Amino acid sequence: MITLYDYELSANCYKQRLMMSLLDVAYESTPIDFFPGLEHKGDDFKKINPMGHIPVIDDAGYVLWDAHAILVYLAAKFDPSGRWYPTSDPELLGETASWMLFAEGTTNTASAARLHVNLGYDFDIEACRTGAHHLFRLLDEHLWFREREGKDWVCSSDHPTIADIAIFPDVVLSEEGGVSRLDYPALRRWTDRVKALPGFIVMPGIFPLGTS
Amino acid sequence: MTHPSGGYVIATVHNPCTDSVILDHWHPLVPVADVSLGEVRTTTLLGVQVSYTSDGAERVRVWRSRDTTEQPLPTRVDYLYLWVSLGSPPDSIFEIPEFSEPDRRNVHAGTIGVHVSAPRAVENFLDMGHFPYVHTDVLGAEPHTEVAEYDVHIDPETNEIWATDCVFYQPRAATTSTEGQMSDYLYRVPHPFCVILYKTSPLHDERMDVIGLFCRSVGPDHIEAHMFLSLLDPDNSEPIIRKFQQSIFGQDKPILENQYPKLLPLDPRAETPIRADKVAIAYRRWLSDLGVTYGVIPERAA
Repeated sequence: MITLYDYELSANCYKQRLMMSLLDVAYESTPIDFFPGLEHKGDDFKKINPMGHIPVIDDAGYVLWDAHAILVYLAAKFDPSGRWYPTSDPELLGETASWMLFAEGTTNTASAARLHVNLGYDFDIEACRTGAHHLFRLLDEHLWFREREGKDWVCSSDHPTIADIAIFPDVVLSEEGGVSRLDYPALRRWTDRVKALPGFIVMPGIFPLGTS
Repeated sequence: MTHPSGGYVIATVHNPCTDSVILDHWHPLVPVADVSLGEVRTTTLLGVQVSYTSDGAERVRVWRSRDTTEQPLPTRVDYLYLWVSLGSPPDSIFEIPEFSEPDRRNVHAGTIGVHVSAPRAVENFLDMGHFPYVHTDVLGAEPHTEVAEYDVHIDPETNEIWATDCVFYQPRAATTSTEGQMSDYLYRVPHPFCVILYKTSPLHDERMDVIGLFCRSVGPDHIEAHMFLSLLDPDNSEPIIRKFQQSIFGQDKPILENQYPKLLPLDPRAETPIRADKVAIAYRRWLSDLGVTYGVIPERAA
């Protein structure tokens, strides 16, 4: 069984829990005392991931770190439909990769703002928030045009991809970092569509559809 | 992204507190574990930048960061935290006798920043009514939503608020739970910004787990909430215990941050209470009687 080195309040760890739930993959969570223990920075954990960050998965001895890389692996291995990580469609695959890089941006801005506010990480909070708003504006417009084409997801497919899962938590937890989504109606509609996916699960700070 | 060795730096600028009642209290600055030898760190208490360090031999020093003479502020170390006062504090701090019991696990479960006033956070902590809705299937579950009648009194000797005889059905009351239980609760407010609950231990009929929420006001509507635990739990590791508590608090955080107004209104007519709010009403009145003005909207003089 897959072991996920996990921290309950981490958006990047939640991405893996959500992906595995959507794909109906069984896994075991090993909680890492990310805060306040900084266990991921300790020598023991660095034997698992020398980079000293989570999430990390161990799939029967195959160890992989970096949140977005793990999403690629999980989808490629456990999604027989080949839709979440669309390797058979070069154009869609390229788009997915592009939006995965966009997700690095939301992680480094919106989620960084959240880490600053919640856990006291020493980031330039105003730069994080400005950067998050810039990306949210771009994504909101993008999704608005998608909706005009009758499409629901970040990529041009009729189904979600790992890019949706990579971006979703950074967006939906943004208020915790002081980044309001009030001005991004298409973004809010998209988060509701993600929440409606079969197998969707929540984490602290994320509410199920219909109650938020 | 790297963590700066755990130092808390909050950039938001707040005006310094002028409420003498609050200034004269002890305030939980940081967990003592975060005070390191020779390293100076800075944080914000009641709108004032303070620096802290340890000079060794458990000698902790705190001063106003702007004070070039580094005049030491009053400090004490209790219940895993460094307490500081910006005024003239009392000689003692509220008692938690359980802390010294040999079979207790005293755990600092984490410090989480929340964009809310300390009194709002305390009041939410006192509210059993939210359990089934916010902590679904852990601290509460539908249809067990009723808050039964309970008693509230103020201890005349200590001037602390106590809510007693609280009973609530909980599917998973603690890390040691194996099944749902009717939890007995006692709530206690010993300090304007600190609140403690005592709850039936799943392992002992006669003894209770102690869970404290100690708020440091960064500004009037911004806190760093320290989660303190003194548990009868010989088995679970600290990461498991912390995970449980952080998950619960993580569920409260968005609720707290969406409360409006962020400051707690003390006027009895400001919000409509229900029976479950008995202790909240007592808390608001108690704050009013103490003359607290920080983090609240004071009752207007008649």
